Amino acid sequence: MRRRAFLKRTGIALGFVAMPGGLLRVVDAHACGEEGDVDLNAWVHVSNSENTITVKCPTAEMGQGLYTAIPLLVAEELDADWRTIRVEQAPSDRVFSNPDDFSVQGVGGSRSTQGYWRIVRLAGAQARAILIANAAREWKVGVDECTTEPNNVVHAASGRKLSYMEVAKLDDIQLDAPLLTDKDLKPASQWRLLGRDVPRLDVPLKVTGTARYGIDVQIPGMYYASILHPPVATLPHPLYGDGAENGPLKIDSAEAIKIEGVARVVPLPHGVAVVGTDYWATVLGKRALKVEWKQGSLASQYDSEAKKREWVAVALDRTRQGRLFENAGSFDAAFKAAAQTLSADYVTDHGHHACMEPFNATASMMHDDMELWAPTQGQTWAQQACATVTGLAEDKIRVFTTFLGGGFGAKTEQLANAEAAMLSKIMDKPVKVIWSREDDVKHGAYRPLSAQHLDAAISADGKVTGWSHRVVADSVLARARKPAWDNNPGIDSAVAAGMTQPYGIPNKHHEYVHQPGGVPVGYWNAVGNGFTIFAVESFMDEVAAKLGKDPLQLRIDLLTDARGKAVLELARKMSDWNRPREGRALGVAYNHGGRGGRGGGGTGQLAEVVEVSVDRASGVIKVHNVWAVADVGTAIQPRHLRQQLETGIIWGLSAGLRERVTIKAGVVQQSNFDDYHVPRMDEVPNIQIALLQGAMEPSSGAGQIAGLPQAPMAPAIANAVFRLTGARLRAMPMLPQQVKQALSQVAITKA
Amino acid sequence: MTQMVKVALTVNGARREVTAHPDTPLLWVLREQLKITGAKYGCGVGQCGACTVHLEGKPVFSCLHAIRDVAGKSVVTIEGLSPTGNHPLQKAWIEEQTPQCGYCQPGQIMRAAGLLKENPRPTRAQIVEYMKTNICRCGAYNRIIAAIERAAASARQEG
Repeated sequence: MRRRAFLKRTGIALGFVAMPGGLLRVVDAHACGEEGDVDLNAWVHVSNSENTITVKCPTAEMGQGLYTAIPLLVAEELDADWRTIRVEQAPSDRVFSNPDDFSVQGVGGSRSTQGYWRIVRLAGAQARAILIANAAREWKVGVDECTTEPNNVVHAASGRKLSYMEVAKLDDIQLDAPLLTDKDLKPASQWRLLGRDVPRLDVPLKVTGTARYGIDVQIPGMYYASILHPPVATLPHPLYGDGAENGPLKIDSAEAIKIEGVARVVPLPHGVAVVGTDYWATVLGKRALKVEWKQGSLASQYDSEAKKREWVAVALDRTRQGRLFENAGSFDAAFKAAAQTLSADYVTDHGHHACMEPFNATASMMHDDMELWAPTQGQTWAQQACATVTGLAEDKIRVFTTFLGGGFGAKTEQLANAEAAMLSKIMDKPVKVIWSREDDVKHGAYRPLSAQHLDAAISADGKVTGWSHRVVADSVLARARKPAWDNNPGIDSAVAAGMTQPYGIPNKHHEYVHQPGGVPVGYWNAVGNGFTIFAVESFMDEVAAKLGKDPLQLRIDLLTDARGKAVLELARKMSDWNRPREGRALGVAYNHGGRGGRGGGGTGQLAEVVEVSVDRASGVIKVHNVWAVADVGTAIQPRHLRQQLETGIIWGLSAGLRERVTIKAGVVQQSNFDDYHVPRMDEVPNIQIALLQGAMEPSSGAGQIAGLPQAPMAPAIANAVFRLTGARLRAMPMLPQQVKQALSQVAITKA
Repeated sequence: MTQMVKVALTVNGARREVTAHPDTPLLWVLREQLKITGAKYGCGVGQCGACTVHLEGKPVFSCLHAIRDVAGKSVVTIEGLSPTGNHPLQKAWIEEQTPQCGYCQPGQIMRAAGLLKENPRPTRAQIVEYMKTNICRCGAYNRIIAAIERAAASARQEG
């Protein structure tokens, strides 16, 4: 038996516990398995027999590069030879918890690198210290006399060397771990791996079809399940509800069970599962089901167009109070004293993740424990969800994380994992649940729909003295992180992310008014930033226009953060901001990293300039060029960072111009890629990216880096359209019909 | 149509016989019966290209071809594109570090292989026109284009 499996089955806890004061210690460590193969701690395994060092990737690799970034961070401090580094996915174990992500094993809000970067460097440094201590004892010299070069402990005085693999093979290897702190870590000036591009470790697997995603999992003898979900958008979070309010009332499965390969039709609280030995048979069975569904839930009364109108009125009505945060001064006083004031309303539709790999999971329950194979962003949550629906203890659920075919926040959701777990328990066999694309589109964790009202106060001498921003939306936390919501109801860091004013305005008012809608809303790539920054950065342009000032210069003038000024300055230069373009115009937007809650937030800084044209007959906006300047602190893999930024730009472009989910009577009106439009190759503009480094710590994981450029795209486009046409677009996405209406409004005003 | 039938076809050079409902998409036969999982499910309706394989030498959406219609025909998947995973496109994909999440990439590569077969020297515009059938949600499009250009250039040098 491989040692990994041995450890899992015996439940030996290996690794670190985060200690108060930032210390780390090893709980336990074992030399076991083959001779010379040793776990130095939970993260680092040295194999003499294979001449490799294997590093655990603690959570999902979903394209953000964690599968390479974590080994690089460990190898840097371990002083390892990169060529001998291997990576494998960590088992589910709280030792791999992300200190920055609810202290669970998982990643959301793009905190993979940001969350793990310190702990894994300490793990690498600690492994190195263990290797040095053992070599020193073997040589009977002091630890202080020894040092390392890649994969070797060196005693310079005697010219002796032991490779890490040789140390691992010492008969009496001692794994007592020293306590290390941040001051034991290398200064950046001594880095030889971080900040230099290496080929990503997952790429070769991904060009040959051998990379294993959740949907690729095969277990001999497993059943398949297709699940008919209700017509109404339904995505219960298994920890807080079962979705029975929209569930089946009457099931006619007579035709379904006649189909060869269908084994059984299983009612679930929120849907009906067709289980069989052949996947396509379960699809045919699902089509043959006749089900009557419960009605009358809040969701079934939800109409997205009506909600926008209703919530715009709520945003405007100051008697509808929400929760305030990070306010300063007195907006009311500033507003009363103002020489001029300005107001605007913005609305944004629901967005969908549309991960290329739809939700799926494979569970195998055996007596009192369960194995789950899943493309999940939340290993601990998967354990909790499966434990909740099966009655097993959480630590009896072993989660095997596959590659993710896109995550973007969607795969923090746990319903498919719970479905597989429930069905495996009922069928007493392994069960693989595969959602269809239609399931995925119609039952997503949508970006919340929002209505936002902004006011600005301007003094007689042309200073912006007050800023008020009221956001009305449903809550992500109330649905997907209920304990956090219950603990502090009304505050939703995910929804409010990005709304806190970054500009040096003395009187600031930020308010979130929660309105429950009943349809599932969730962690969509940077969540709140995706709509709050649209409003903030569009309104900043409206203020500039009112003041008759250049919108880019006004931002620089108002910002107090030197890094923010720097990204804007460079964006101005790169885009040749002041040069007029025939038939086109430039627009700018800035993202201060999503302060105002940690959801999707960090301390990254980004400025974006876009160049657009508008086809007046059709109302279609075309984005020709994008210049983006990002300061995200340390770039561990600069080339990959650029790729992530490009991803965010393309997401933002698409969210700004086209993507939306519309809902009538709780039913999502889109169903597949023919009516939920995601960008294709012919829609990608020219993109130029520059990186600045104004802070040492990586402000964010690469996923959040993708969120950083995403949010400013829509306002940059809206601002460019305004400069080109005089038409102000205040609804996202900026569909051609809206553009035409806004253009005709300008024409009427001029006439 | 509630009973399965036997169908024989050639996959990556080997003759295979499967038992399936006659309207089962080729994609699901490959993935769940033959355990050849490189081609991916993305939409099931020919909108995304993640399931692209070669049928009788041409790139197709394997989600749109019922197994009864491919009886006796020859199918090549990403696993069969080159015996060693060393096709010029695969090498170029690695050089450009094209994949991010990677889920769509087998389909992208099989589509690109079809393009280069038809047109060994595509212009950028021709690449975009041919490849826009295939969605990459990570938006790795510029590196897909770069990889195709690189593979085409290396084929010219070798030729």
